[in-house]
Amino acid sequence: MSPSPHVLHLAGLRKSFRSPDGSVQPILDIDSFALAPGEQVALAGASGTGKTTLLHVIAGILTADSGVIELAGTDLARLSEAARDRHRALHLGYVFQTFLLLQGYSALENVLLAQMFGAGADERRARELLDRVGLGDRIHHRPAQLSVGQQQRVAVARALAGKPSLVLADEPTGSLDPTRARDALALLCDACREQGAALLVVSHDRDVLARFERVHDLAELNRAGRAVTAGGSA
Amino acid sequence: MRALLLMVRRGLAQHKLSSSITAGSLALACGLVMAVFALREQSYAAFTGGSTAFDAVLGARGSQLQLVLNTVFHLETSPGNLPWSLVQAIERDPRVKAAVPYAVGDNYKGFRIVGTGANLFSDFEARKGDPWRVQPGGRFFEPTLREAVIGDFVARRTGLRVGSRFQPYHGLTYVESAKHEEQYLVVGILEPTRTPADRAIWIPIEGIFRMGGHVLRGTGEAFDASKVAEIPDEAKEASSVMLKLKSPQAGFTLDAEINKQGKVATLAFPIGGVMAELFDKLGWMNRVLEAVAYLTVLVAAGSVMASLYNTMNERRRSLAILRALGARRTTISAAIVLEASAIAALGALLGFAVYVAILSGAAELVRARTGVVLDAWAWHPALVAAPLGIIALGALAGLLPALSAYRTDVARNLQPTS
Repeated sequence: MSPSPHVLHLAGLRKSFRSPDGSVQPILDIDSFALAPGEQVALAGASGTGKTTLLHVIAGILTADSGVIELAGTDLARLSEAARDRHRALHLGYVFQTFLLLQGYSALENVLLAQMFGAGADERRARELLDRVGLGDRIHHRPAQLSVGQQQRVAVARALAGKPSLVLADEPTGSLDPTRARDALALLCDACREQGAALLVVSHDRDVLARFERVHDLAELNRAGRAVTAGGSA
Repeated sequence: MRALLLMVRRGLAQHKLSSSITAGSLALACGLVMAVFALREQSYAAFTGGSTAFDAVLGARGSQLQLVLNTVFHLETSPGNLPWSLVQAIERDPRVKAAVPYAVGDNYKGFRIVGTGANLFSDFEARKGDPWRVQPGGRFFEPTLREAVIGDFVARRTGLRVGSRFQPYHGLTYVESAKHEEQYLVVGILEPTRTPADRAIWIPIEGIFRMGGHVLRGTGEAFDASKVAEIPDEAKEASSVMLKLKSPQAGFTLDAEINKQGKVATLAFPIGGVMAELFDKLGWMNRVLEAVAYLTVLVAAGSVMASLYNTMNERRRSLAILRALGARRTTISAAIVLEASAIAALGALLGFAVYVAILSGAAELVRARTGVVLDAWAWHPALVAAPLGIIALGALAGLLPALSAYRTDVARNLQPTS
């Protein structure tokens, strides 16, 4: 069996949730999607098109109802939860919309923890990454002691800490003003390129989408999202 | 492992106040448990074995316990007096290696004055294996002079020194108006014996006989010895006679003769056995104390669980982020159990300070009241068992919050809150 040419390959992906009224609400219905190593792709989508759910499924945080989610050559559906956790730590970086930094931990500890759950702590690399994102003199600061823009940069460093083959970014500039958003996006893209990681960004922000050569409309990719959008869900 | 330790450290740091309060309550519980067990064993050992180098006590007919408390521990009142003929008879008994009479009835500022023979310091020991010794510059009293040898504790509490003179007070409790006319010269201060002797004042027994206002009733009639040059033996009395026996067997035969067949005297033998009976009678009190200590431990363990459990809601987001970073459910659960154990370990460590404080206070109290010295630093298995038990209980108390952490819904708790 030859190694997969894709860092991420989705096929026949289905995910639904049960509504409070008991009905089953499809969220994801994606026939096929793939991402090559080092590739940078944006998924455009409005609220309710299943952006975050898709990223959670790719990260193994949520399990799909059916389909293939192949990340770094391994189908997540075949892994136990513990193995998925380990696979995520080893191969995936995640930049959340609100960064989700651990508040009680320093910037350095936030980055180190991401390594510890994977291949192991590498403090030199963690310091280099923080230095790369311009926070070399803030490594012992807690998130609350950092500006929003600085927190975003810590999140980028954390996402790249474990030498991932894929970085997911969920509305990565959603909490920033336009100037900071532009800088942050440039940093994210450049840093991923330097580290050899593929990047999958989901956003509804046109400025963000404009930076990417390959942009998919999530509403077209995701049949379930199309249905939601057509139904007028927010 | 490094991640686990970092998570525990940060968990503790983020909840400093509640962790400290919980550790404090565990420290109290741990210290209390250690103190209850150690105090029980130390006081039992001190009161039943280590305090005396006497084998038996002969006294007036009455309670053996009262006799021992009065003569060995200088507590309680004397059960009565022995006629001098009995003192002489026991001195001559071939089963007795040494005998020395005690006569009590006076005090100096609350410290008991014991009239005795000079052979107390030569024929007996302060403790088994430790002869009586006076501190440098002092000596033992002359039996014919108004001289006194005082215990180390008495010297420190009253300020009496070698060369000091004092006037005894009548009775076993200090009443300022009951001062005797006679003056006694302190000629020696005993080296600390860590026994009740440290809080006694020793004078020649003749001094007690001749103290103004004292009346001897050896003949059945009142005899004032202060006015005569020679006191007839038949007039003399003693509160008790301390005995050293030639063999344990001698004690059993004397016990049979005096206690079971005789009607005029009581022999307390073995002294440790008499005190052990007292402790056995007080066993229920120990059990109550143990129960209270265990309850305190349970309450403290409950507080560990409650304090951690109450923080679980605010921790959920952090736990979800950790899970998103790749932490397994078992890792974050283990971190919670480890955090509970760390709080318990801190409590156990602080428990030693509580233990030393309780035991030091208790030891000071026991020493002031009885002269018996308890050692706060003495080894007891509870000093290991209690801290280990507390840590294990802490870990156990962390299980419920750990289960709650285990069940954290990652996706739901990663959702933006604003």
